Amino acid sequence: MSTRLTPSQTVGPFFGPALIRASDGRMADGGARGERIVIEGRVLDGAGAPVPDAVIEIWQANAEGRYDHREDTQEKLLDPNFHGFGRAGTGASGEYQFHTIKPGAVAGEGVALQAPHINVCVFARGLLHHLMTRIYFPDESAANSADPILNLVEPERRATLVARDAGKSSPRILRFDIVLQGDHETVFFDV
Amino acid sequence: MIAGYRRPAPGVHPRNDAPAYASTAQRAPRKHAIKIPHTLSEITGPRFDSTPALSADLTRFDGGAALGERIIVAGRVFDDDGRAIPHALIELWQANAAGRYAHPTDQHDAPLDPHFSGVARILTGDDGEYRFITIKPGAYPWRNHPNAWRPQHIHFSLFGPGFAARLVTQMYFPGDPLLALDPIFNSIADPVARERLISRFELETTVAEYALGYQFDIVLRGREATPGQD
Repeated sequence: MSTRLTPSQTVGPFFGPALIRASDGRMADGGARGERIVIEGRVLDGAGAPVPDAVIEIWQANAEGRYDHREDTQEKLLDPNFHGFGRAGTGASGEYQFHTIKPGAVAGEGVALQAPHINVCVFARGLLHHLMTRIYFPDESAANSADPILNLVEPERRATLVARDAGKSSPRILRFDIVLQGDHETVFFDV
Repeated sequence: MIAGYRRPAPGVHPRNDAPAYASTAQRAPRKHAIKIPHTLSEITGPRFDSTPALSADLTRFDGGAALGERIIVAGRVFDDDGRAIPHALIELWQANAAGRYAHPTDQHDAPLDPHFSGVARILTGDDGEYRFITIKPGAYPWRNHPNAWRPQHIHFSLFGPGFAARLVTQMYFPGDPLLALDPIFNSIADPVARERLISRFELETTVAEYALGYQFDIVLRGREATPGQD
């Protein structure tokens, strides 16, 4: 176990000028390969009230399923126009939005593939330590049922990790609300 | 097999369920976080090598000098095996000398300083080192409880080599009487870990005739030994 770590503290309410730039939510602008998607949703507290002072960060593989990182040695193409990191602040009604591409499946333990997913990190005033979760895709039900991480979650809570198709549009819009607390609390991971 | 990041010892990171910090009441999850093994998704993370500079001077902004006590903050970023973390992105933000943030929702009745933005982005150098020059932030009131004041602090955001090592924290100053009263600082259960957020005055970092120096090292998670290499 780690014993000398620097402890976490809340991001507080005043991070905006330091952390939020509109361009950080537009990850596919540089001509990335893959299906363009919009991920959007709201961050809600235990009373169902919007959380207007959260930061959402996402980290994902490219359309081939490869992370732009030296430790990803899968034999898949890197995409020079896609780096996989996005960040957005929530607005007055708790909403956030990313313009990105749908990631490919990435390797899991051994031979198992993980279903396509986006890694999510949530910071907010009132959170002393960030929360980690994942966004899975509604059109990947076979891959989702075999996903080694989703299978660690009680079946009745897995739906909180799957985005919803928000009707026909181009690019496709996927809704993913992040509920911090309560009956419909999003599943968070101890990473 | 992937060598994951080591798990933090209990008491180092605050629990989100911290009743003394009122904003946690509706925001802390009530269900346990589900422990997951580290896959490529957790050990990889964004790199920012080409973005910002290696140092920053926050004491001049928009053509003029900020008011307040100039200070130098310097340190190194390590993993907890003691290995330096080069090219880690550090993002900083803080109140001005009067205890006011240049932020639209900060309504504290203290003056804004047109020559202080209070934000910076820097990268650590080859040995994990960083350094910036700023103005010592003022304490400010908040409405957590009657007569509540935040101790003087600077916010730090860090990206290490993997998303699992992500850290947002706050740096405090030695001898601040508000630390003992602060529910955010005291949300860290382990008193030894808590003290690691207090910077140290250091004469070697201090520049004669110019500014006091404070040392603040940051330790991010290290890696498990790769199976078979133990």
